[in-house]
Amino acid sequence: MDTTPNEVRKLNFDDYSTAKHLEHAAQQARARNYQDFLIVDVDAHHYENESYKEVFQYIESPVIRHDVMDSAQRPGRSAMLNSSVGNQNLGGRITRSNLRRLQKVPQDGRHRDVAMTVEWMDSLGVDYACLFPTPMLFLGLHPQVEIEVALCRAYNRWLCERILAVEPRLISMLYLPFNDPDAAYQTVKDFGDKKGVVGFMVTSPRYKPVHDNAYMKTYALLEELGKPISFHAAYSWEDRALQMTNRFISVHSLGFMWFNMIHMTNWVINGLPERFPKLKVLWIESGLTWAYALMQRLDHSYMMRTSDCPSLKRKPSEYMREMYYSSQPMEKPDDKSILEATFKMIKADTQLLWSSDYPHWDFDTPGVIYDLPFLDETAKRNILGANAARVFGLDTKVVKKIP
Amino acid sequence: MAEWFVAKASDLPDGDRRIVTAGNNEIGVFHHGGAYYAYSNYCVHSGGPACEGILINQVVDLIAPDRTYQGQTFSDEVHFVCPWHGYEYELTTGQCVGDRKLKLKKFEVVRRGDDLYVVA
Repeated sequence: MDTTPNEVRKLNFDDYSTAKHLEHAAQQARARNYQDFLIVDVDAHHYENESYKEVFQYIESPVIRHDVMDSAQRPGRSAMLNSSVGNQNLGGRITRSNLRRLQKVPQDGRHRDVAMTVEWMDSLGVDYACLFPTPMLFLGLHPQVEIEVALCRAYNRWLCERILAVEPRLISMLYLPFNDPDAAYQTVKDFGDKKGVVGFMVTSPRYKPVHDNAYMKTYALLEELGKPISFHAAYSWEDRALQMTNRFISVHSLGFMWFNMIHMTNWVINGLPERFPKLKVLWIESGLTWAYALMQRLDHSYMMRTSDCPSLKRKPSEYMREMYYSSQPMEKPDDKSILEATFKMIKADTQLLWSSDYPHWDFDTPGVIYDLPFLDETAKRNILGANAARVFGLDTKVVKKIP
Repeated sequence: MAEWFVAKASDLPDGDRRIVTAGNNEIGVFHHGGAYYAYSNYCVHSGGPACEGILINQVVDLIAPDRTYQGQTFSDEVHFVCPWHGYEYELTTGQCVGDRKLKLKKFEVVRRGDDLYVVA
């Protein structure tokens, strides 16, 4: 046999870079020619807690600002901000969760969040990313409504000024303080025209029904502005039903569907699509099978119980098919015909928006869509970017630089 | 087929590993428990760097003879874990633990004097 010169790498866990971590994603991006078309990630994250010192400065109430900043100096003890029990990094198996703190970023004046985010976007082949927070996904469960409102407003101001204003490739659907309907309305009024704000987001784990009359003025305003409302899933291990689960896989699998199934059911059965026919509604990070199941479930009962939901003029599934869905975490059944049927059920060609959820533990690459055998090239490009560009009104120019 | 240099055996102590670019292949070479193992570095899930994560023993539930749950422990079976999403592989076989029908392509490691090569 011949011996051939080749490259050999040592592994060094003390040296981490996103570009190295995602080198295989960049290989996929080059091999699939992602440089030729637009890719929009409608659900990506940063760890806003790493910037809390900056964010807290934006808290308007001097008392809450003082108390939260004081609390932040005592990690590991009871705190002003709520958190959640979880094991997202799989006991250290998802190495980037711990190693990302070692990432060196260029000292070019950009915020660390911007530099780190753009780096993974280029590796995955993403042109625009809709950025969401991480610990704040649980803020809707905070027992003090005024804390949710205060931190929400501070985060939104910080995000608009420090991140969205300086990096045109980053967009966001801003956090809505949904437990205070008036504050939610005011948030849309105050931030609806800010640069990079393409909509507003409700974190799903909470106990406020979406059909409460108090929200109608907010939905009307969003409809008037043409800005979508989204419901970003998460779990709550404090939920009475989910308390019965004993492993993270269980609470995560169920929880990320659970709250959105309830909100969707309330949204449809109470006839909100009839009241707000032009309001764009986007369901984030519940995967796809929940919608496939719920459509059938609601349709079945609807035919027998139209008197329970007299505002509806069509079957529930017909309204659901006009809403939008983010793809991640996209289920991958061994039998692809099942996934194909799911795509057909939600009218994926026009209603499905690819998302990565990066850098979270169960992120998807664009390949989850691009490699599907039952989609043609047009459908792939719609789901990976064109649908989102239409929903958010984005420029369709390709701006990424795949390494 | 060709032999691709991995390392001097003396430079690859037990517990260490190398990632070798061998033509169109990218191969993880492990030295563990006195043996060498080499597998494709592309995870069967979504192409992540399967051989670049942590090594950790298999987690098992402890079920008593009366079929009650008595906690968890680590077994002797060693896994390497794709760092992208946590797919686990048995170190000695390259089998994907979640579905043993799936496995990483395995490569032969040969030693010539103090030099280690992978055959690909």
